[in-house]
Parts: sequence; C-alpha cells; structure tokens
Amino acid sequence: MGMTMTQKILAAHAGLDFVEAGQLIEANLDLVLGNDITSPVAINEMKKFENQKLFDGGKIALVMDHFAPNKDIKSAENCKICRDFANENEIVNFFDVGRMGIEHALLPEQGLTVSGDCIIGADSHTCTYGALGAFSTGTGSTDMAAAMITGKAWFKVPSAIKFNLKGKLSKDVCGKDVILHIIGKIGVDGALYKSMEFAGEGVASLSIDDRFTICNMAIEAGGKNGIFPVDDITLCYIKEHSNRTPKIFEADEDAVYDEVIDIDLSALRPTVAFPHLPENTKVVGEFGDIKIDQAVIGSCTNGHISDLRSAAAQMKGKKVAKDVRCIVIPATQEIYKQAVKEGLVDIFIDAGAIFSTPTCGPCLGGYMGVLAAGERCVSTTNRNFIGRMGHVESEVYLASPAVAAASAIAGKIVAPTV
Amino acid sequence: MEARGHVFKYGENVDTDVIIPARYLNATTGEELAKHCMEDIDKDFVNKVQKGDIIVARKNFGCGSSREHAPLAIKSSGVSVVIADTFARIFYRNSINIGLPIIESPEAAKEINQGDEVKVDFDTGIITNITTGKSYKGQAFPEFMQNIINAGGLVNYVNNKNK
Repeated sequence: MGMTMTQKILAAHAGLDFVEAGQLIEANLDLVLGNDITSPVAINEMKKFENQKLFDGGKIALVMDHFAPNKDIKSAENCKICRDFANENEIVNFFDVGRMGIEHALLPEQGLTVSGDCIIGADSHTCTYGALGAFSTGTGSTDMAAAMITGKAWFKVPSAIKFNLKGKLSKDVCGKDVILHIIGKIGVDGALYKSMEFAGEGVASLSIDDRFTICNMAIEAGGKNGIFPVDDITLCYIKEHSNRTPKIFEADEDAVYDEVIDIDLSALRPTVAFPHLPENTKVVGEFGDIKIDQAVIGSCTNGHISDLRSAAAQMKGKKVAKDVRCIVIPATQEIYKQAVKEGLVDIFIDAGAIFSTPTCGPCLGGYMGVLAAGERCVSTTNRNFIGRMGHVESEVYLASPAVAAASAIAGKIVAPTV
Repeated sequence: MEARGHVFKYGENVDTDVIIPARYLNATTGEELAKHCMEDIDKDFVNKVQKGDIIVARKNFGCGSSREHAPLAIKSSGVSVVIADTFARIFYRNSINIGLPIIESPEAAKEINQGDEVKVDFDTGIITNITTGKSYKGQAFPEFMQNIINAGGLVNYVNNKNK
C-alpha cells in the first residue's frame, strides 16, 4: 500500500518511513505562523509554559493583517502585544504595517514557504501553501503556542480525496470557480478531516495564483489541507521568491484514496456561492437578478496580481454602477506596487472603485467595507456565513474577481465579458 | 467525570462566525467573549445559559475560522459539553487544547431536543437523555487525546513531557 503526497510529507517530518491514515504522529515544523487576532492569545498561552524559549525564531512568522492598520484601540493593543513579543524574542519575520500583507499571499511571496514543508498556522486558511506542494494546515492559538516552543505538532494522518483535473479552463473562468464548483459538489464538510489532493493533466494549465486560490479554500470543504503536485510552474515561482531548496514529494502510484473525483475544467462556468454557505453554488446565468450594494475584490483567496488584472480587464473604461461601492484590496505591498506600475490602480479609481492598503478588513467584517442590514455584497473572499461581513441580515455572494468586477459595473451579479 | 445540564439545540454547520462574531475578536479573555457567545443565531443564549448546560447540534459544528475564541467563548459561558454529529477539525483540535469536552454521536445529536436534561459520562462516553430516558454511546477520545485532556490541556501536557 502506498502513501498519498500529504502522507509522504508527514512521514518525512515525523522521521518515519511509512504512515497510514488514522495514525497519530508528531511532526517537525518548518514554519509556525499567526496573525494579529490569534497571536495575542498564543502569546498569552505561552506564559503558562515552564520553558518559554522559542524553538527557532527564524521559523516563526507573525503577520499583522486582520485588523491592521489598527481599526480600533483594542486592535492596536493586540498588535502591540505581538510587536513587543517579536522584539523581545528577535523574531525576524514580524510583518507590521509597511511590510505586511495578507499572510497567505505574503509568506510565499517572501519565500518562507516551499515545496515539501510542514507548516501550521493559527489561521484556518493556512492550507493555502499546498499550492506549492507543502503540507500546511490551520490550528488554534494553543497549538501555535506549543509549536513556537517545541517546533512540533501532533497530527492524525489524514486520508485523502483525489481530484483528477482534466481539460483547460475557459477564459472567463479561474481557480475560484474551480474550488467553488468542488465545494458545491462535495459540501462544506465533504472533505472533513481529509486531504484534498489535486492531480491529473489539468494541473499544468493552472497558474500558481489559481492553485493558491484552490488550496486556500480547502478548509471551506472541511479539508485538513489541499495540495498540488510540484511542477515547473511551482519551481519557477519558488526560484523567483525563495533562497530555500524545495523538496519534491510525489504520491505513490498505489496510494489509497477514499474517493477519486474527476473534474473537467473545460466544462466549468463562472460560479457564485449564495448565502450563507460556500456550498450553495449556482452558475451565473442560472438565477434571476441579484442586485448588489457592494463588491469586494481582494483577500487571501483572491488578492493576487492576476486577480487584480482580471478585475481591471472587466472595469477598464467603465464606471461602477450608481449605488454600488467597489473596494479593491491588493494582498501585499509588492502586489500593490505592481498594480500601480501596470496602471491597474488608475483603471479602478477611474471606474469609481477605491484601492486600499493590504488588509483582511472586510472579509471577516472587521472594517473597510462592513455591511448594513439588508445589504448585499458580491465578494472574492472565502466565507459567506451569517454576519460574516457585517450585520446579521446582510448577505455575501462569493465569486471570482472577474465576476465581482463585472457585477460592480452592472449593479447586479453578472458573468464577466470575455 | 460527568456533565449534566439542559440542552440548547442547533442545526448543521454552526460556524465560528456565529459562535463568536469577528467584530468581538479584539477581545481575548473568555469572560469578555462569553458575553457574545452564539449571538448571531441565538440572541437569548447568553441570558438563558446556566453553568453545566449542554449544546447539541448536527454535523460539522464549528466550521470556518481557526479562532480559539470560539470554544473559549462556549466554555466560558458555562457550557459543560458539546454533542454533535461531527465537528469541524480545527474546532475539534482547539476544544481539546483548551479543555472543552466535545463528543460525537449522530444518534444523540439527532434525537435530543431543546430543553431536554442530559447527562454525559466522559469515562464511558455514555450520553443519557434524562428527559426521555434514552441512552446513547458517544465516541470516546483516542488515548493520545485523552492524555492531553487528562493533563488539563496542551499546555500542561507539554510541561509534563518536558520534565
């Protein structure tokens, strides 16, 4: 019996030749991360440990992205706790305002995540780095605290669902549509406790940003992690961003999967998840008019440069509909600069959108676009739970950057123009 | 060790954003968080909950964010155990790490109703509905996790191991 890609990475980090689904292991970690919401809780927990020495300050990353630049006094206090902790412990990868970006776009860009890594983060979307062929998963603050000291975490080795990708995406469809389609198919607990392993000839046609988006939302299907095989696209991205050497793991040919699901990429259409669960998916065009009050383009899911390009292509020379607020948020400072260079920011501002500094802000109803009762938002973010972006009676529709941008122009949810 | 109390019953996919909305995540203490526990799906919860009460819900309880604030808010509100068909994995992990007892039993989760008086024996995993007299066998924790729970959470577990 062979191992899945995830199982191989876990075995290597646990010092074992073989692991199987259900086995409890303790694995060495290559990176431990937290943000301005989860890290203060972890730092507080750490004070209860008898040994408070960090296992390796170079393998800890703290990113002030959720409520930063600070939205209120309590958020400022939380960031200060993190800042003081980083200074006292000489944590080099402390990303404060000016250096920060949204963690899951920032850390790969900074070269801190490479193929073969074993990573935990006190943030549920830590599963994003599977795009690079790493094992990464979200945990809570206590796990983060223990990991900062021990450099280890316990895992129950997951079984896996294999998604066999075939064909190529149409021009108006991207990674977001792929993952929304999959979540719609298997449900928000369809991959509960499991790995989502992507494979097949269709992988080669997906850009690294598409892969980040797909792995990012593995958690929205309940998955422990999402993971892509390593190919030239992965290695090229890592070479551009990191000095570290990637380690390539491949699933065994006789690896055992709970299920194999075929996905024909060429058959996918622009897809939207209706309130209040990411599994409530519908294809654009198969529902009546959904008027919107706001469009948000950004987040760890879709704040990459390719996402901004795709949104700008829809908005170029056009105007955001009257009564619609359009908020565009690049995920990192580098992406911000690139968007300026390429003239994308001009396109957004000329269309009547705003262009913000990087922050998670509106995705979790923090600030920078909180909704009032009865308001609707089409958003490229990852969750549309009750009250996620503001008032409990507001609604969030999840979509790709192209759909969100086209909808901002139309004032209702529409398909992008090709 | 056992838990005993009255039941607050909820449906499927109770997410971390309704357990503790993000607008309160700038708070970090259990006491503060408990004031807003379940607020977005049950405004009365915080006024009605008594020490020892039990939350029963259907599949995928605690889905969404990794915020440890969610199990902490529930624990600090006085809830003694959460029973569900299944739990989302990060919530499951966080609950063990902070010492909030949780137990999976699809049958119990389906049949127990709002307001029922329920008893849970953590050593045997037996859930008893005192109101109806019916008993259910819940899934006991694997030994590895029992060690963490018995140590009083992950912090003590690590402290003990380092001795």
